[in-house]
Amino acid sequence: MSLTREEAWSALAAIPDPEIPAISITDLGIVREVACANGHVDVTVTPTYSGCPATEMIQRDIVRALQAAGADDVAVHLQLSPAWTTDWLSEDAKARLAAYGIAPPQTLAPDAARPVRFRPRIRCPRCGSTHSEQLSAFGATACKALYRCLACREPFEYFKPI
Amino acid sequence: MTSTQPAGALCADHMRYVLRIADGSLILGQRLGEWCGHGPVLEEDIALTNVALDLIGQARLLLTHAGRLEDRGRDEDALAFLRDESEFLNPTLVELPNGDFAQSCLRTLFYAGWQQALWTPLLQSRDAELAAIAEKSRKETRYHCEHLSEWVVRLGDGTDESHARMQSALNYLYPYVTELFVPDEIDGAAVAAGIGPAVDTLRAAWDAALLPVLAEATLELPGATPFRSTGRQGRHSEFMGFLLAEMQSLARAHPGATW
Repeated sequence: MSLTREEAWSALAAIPDPEIPAISITDLGIVREVACANGHVDVTVTPTYSGCPATEMIQRDIVRALQAAGADDVAVHLQLSPAWTTDWLSEDAKARLAAYGIAPPQTLAPDAARPVRFRPRIRCPRCGSTHSEQLSAFGATACKALYRCLACREPFEYFKPI
Repeated sequence: MTSTQPAGALCADHMRYVLRIADGSLILGQRLGEWCGHGPVLEEDIALTNVALDLIGQARLLLTHAGRLEDRGRDEDALAFLRDESEFLNPTLVELPNGDFAQSCLRTLFYAGWQQALWTPLLQSRDAELAAIAEKSRKETRYHCEHLSEWVVRLGDGTDESHARMQSALNYLYPYVTELFVPDEIDGAAVAAGIGPAVDTLRAAWDAALLPVLAEATLELPGATPFRSTGRQGRHSEFMGFLLAEMQSLARAHPGATW
């Protein structure tokens, strides 16, 4: 059975990120290319972080979802360059991250060549206050930092710009 | 390709150049992984192991690439788990024991600063895969530098006890920094082939990034010593064998096992 490119994209758009199920892998911007020909689908993805343990799980999910959508065989290719950036998160995905309790990246990814010592005030996804402090630059996953809201006193996670 | 040098030798030099970078990430990742469950506070336990995860991710990409350059069928696992001590080409700095938290922070900062200085010129590498790995890793290393710089300043410019510990970490580690910037024929071949910079050219960027951090941490640089470590030549400290024994035990006990 042959699958169109649009059908393949919508199957991919239904795959949740394994760590943050509120957004899909296409929201995240890691699906770079999809090519379909005679039931064969080639998907090119880019990892978020070099060591992200979800990358392999995502590759398996892609194969499973496309086969379920009717692809005969699926090949997933890993592409490193251009390197993934949080700038590729859609606005809609950022809103859903906030609704899920994770503060979305509030700034554009800074120039990687320059050191970062500047700390923007991050908006608490629960009460909306920007009176917050960083607890650690590294959270439960590599892509998130730990923060505490000083207004409502709740801890929260911040999806850090990269 | 030059006609004076056989393609095989060029490729071996290229592979060893990549392997040195890969082994630095792998061995420091292994050392930082030892902090898992032992961090002074939960947040730092998580932070150090997150840094370890980034480093091991970089090592996987670099080792896979080195294996393809070598073209003898060795994959990332064969290179990480089935090589012996003298075949590892990481600088000695990264294999030293973790010591206390101050020593672990400073060592990681020293190496992250070196990586940061390396990734930028590697973006121009004629080896497209190496340039892509550098582009990816550079974003991660930047966060490592930032995080570890903060700890070095906080502890160095902290209490008498934390200052003394950070100063003694500096005294212990600083002689091992020299090796990071000593070029040899492998660097020379990489420069000639447009693959990457010679390590002595990274010193200025390292100094510019790290010396202000050490100054802000109120630490005093120890004087120069004639000591020079030789891990990048495959001649390691007495600590390396123990590290490998632990890191490789599972893969060696169950060759070819998968799960």
